Amino acid sequence: MKAPAQQSTAVREITFGQAINEALAEEMRRDPKVFILGEDVAEAGTPFKVLSGLVKEFGKERVVDSPISEAAITGLCVGAAMTGMRPVVDIMFGDFVTLTMDQMVNQAAKIHYMSGGKLKVPMVMRTTLGATRRSAAQHSQSLHAWFSHIPGLKVAMPSTPYDAKGLLKTAIRDDNPVIFFEDKMMYQLKGQVPEGEYTIPFGLADIKRAGSDITIVATSSMVQVSLAAAETLEGLGISAEIVDVRTTVPLDKKTLIESARKTSRAIVVDEGYERYGVTAEIASVIAEGAFYYLDAPVKRIAAMDVPVPFSPVLEDQTVPTPQSVVEMAKTLCGKV
Amino acid sequence: MAKSKAQPARIDSSKIDGKRFLRFYRQMLKIRLFEEQVNQLYLSAKMPGLAHLYIGQEAVAVGVCEALRPDDYITSTHRGHGHCLAKGASVERMFAELLGKVDGYCRGKGGSMHIADQERGNLGANAIVGGSTGIATGAAMSAKMRGSDQVAVCFFGEGALGQGLLYECMNTASLWKLPVIYLCENNLYNEYTHYSETTAGEIQARPEAFGIPTESIDGQDVELVYRTARRLVERARKGEGPSFFICHTYRFHGHHVGDIDRSYYRAKKEEEQWKGGRDPLKLLAVKLKHLKVADEKLLSEMEKETRREIEKGVEFALNAPYPDTSEVDQHVYA
Repeated sequence: MKAPAQQSTAVREITFGQAINEALAEEMRRDPKVFILGEDVAEAGTPFKVLSGLVKEFGKERVVDSPISEAAITGLCVGAAMTGMRPVVDIMFGDFVTLTMDQMVNQAAKIHYMSGGKLKVPMVMRTTLGATRRSAAQHSQSLHAWFSHIPGLKVAMPSTPYDAKGLLKTAIRDDNPVIFFEDKMMYQLKGQVPEGEYTIPFGLADIKRAGSDITIVATSSMVQVSLAAAETLEGLGISAEIVDVRTTVPLDKKTLIESARKTSRAIVVDEGYERYGVTAEIASVIAEGAFYYLDAPVKRIAAMDVPVPFSPVLEDQTVPTPQSVVEMAKTLCGKV
Repeated sequence: MAKSKAQPARIDSSKIDGKRFLRFYRQMLKIRLFEEQVNQLYLSAKMPGLAHLYIGQEAVAVGVCEALRPDDYITSTHRGHGHCLAKGASVERMFAELLGKVDGYCRGKGGSMHIADQERGNLGANAIVGGSTGIATGAAMSAKMRGSDQVAVCFFGEGALGQGLLYECMNTASLWKLPVIYLCENNLYNEYTHYSETTAGEIQARPEAFGIPTESIDGQDVELVYRTARRLVERARKGEGPSFFICHTYRFHGHHVGDIDRSYYRAKKEEEQWKGGRDPLKLLAVKLKHLKVADEKLLSEMEKETRREIEKGVEFALNAPYPDTSEVDQHVYA
């Protein structure tokens, strides 16, 4: 369920990108230890313009343009986080996280554990995911499963402007390294967002739409795809419950299992690669937790296991769509 | 910028008092005897896993750390026991960590290659070669942002010169004038390979390409290391930016305990030459006697005392309890 907004004031409609911007601005005003480091984050405000205006308010000392050195800027944030700061590193395209992996996987994720709980790494890596931007194989991947695999990291995947703001504020206040994935295709998505302070706890899935015939568990923009599918399914007499996990780590297993037990059927939708991916993990959680309640095997819909192609006619085939979700749901519900 | 391998360009010639010289000796001796004991623990099968001994390089860790304040930062390497001890770590808790005991610096979760001692500014040893260059540079960035005048020293071996992260960090540190010293201990061997087989061009030319002042000195001479470090620390503290400090040294033992057959990568004669004429402890002992800071009697008393400290430390660690098995999934998240 949606966490109650704390001390929030007026609610108005803003975009996903504006919600991110607002969360950062509020946290930077609240805590002088928070700063942003990344490529073209200051005047340029990133290619997606998500950070526009922040440098004006907080100056170049806190919205810091870096060299194109993803490994170094991530490593710098690890070191700064260990020594009293709360950095937010901006990795422009999610594909570039490959360059940061030693810093995240061998350093950030393990430092607290390896030091027997003495050192902490309170940092956030903001990055993007999502295909269909016609950006080809090195600017389109969704690599959140990589981080979800590593003990010591937390992974947030907001699906709405409301969740984006609340989860990012939580991420910045968390004492652990958090990777915050934003679907670059969602930056213009509009939604209702309170003006003031509120946070959303990690590990709390959100039922975005209640239903009784089938559970569709989704992440990030796949929640929007699933909500669109639910509309169509309603017309076909199928009531779909859409569960947004919001954070893959920590994962709210209880809500997923309870929903699947209630509806007896489940599909997991995620834009990462299908093979060894987030859908596999969540499907396994549901299969184990709701086995005796299920009327059908848990099914998965994820990105096709190919490098993301450039040509639109090829690229569009590689990602889950409302149509593919509808078809799968119809099959599971015996309505073909 | 110094071009010569022998001497830094502007040597700090201020007086070093006798007490400081004796501290150098005590600290170097502590590292030497600690590491000899680590080897014994390995040989007697009392220590799980392996360790990478620092013997032969003691003057570097001690010379540098003596030039630092307790709140200055260091990051260390897989060959890191010397750095930890030089920054003030306790022998007891070090041994306890090496034996996987709960009283160790990391409650037995880190072991030899991951000792961190936050209270003394030690941000941790790192088992990824060059893996801590980001952390040290980030600590320097944080110090600057917080308006403190802390300095960070990033220890690494010449093997880390092969890692791209180092160059990304040096570029950034130079641009932003961060108070970090990149401390390259050239002990001649990347594991089992002579560095000349892995390292193109002149090492010094690399930091100099980023506009980073570089010193390249004899790392067996603790006084020279200390004087040079003190000057580089001072300039970093004053906001004058990063520097690169190469200490030429030698790893007396193998890459790790148990690396006994080394004939395929280096000659016995080379080892003997270093151990005979280039042992930093022996060189310092000669200097102390020459300066009349210590005589043979004092040195042997210091050795006795230090041996007792080491024996006590091992005793403590051997008797210390292992962590409760329930700790296995503690500290994954803060």
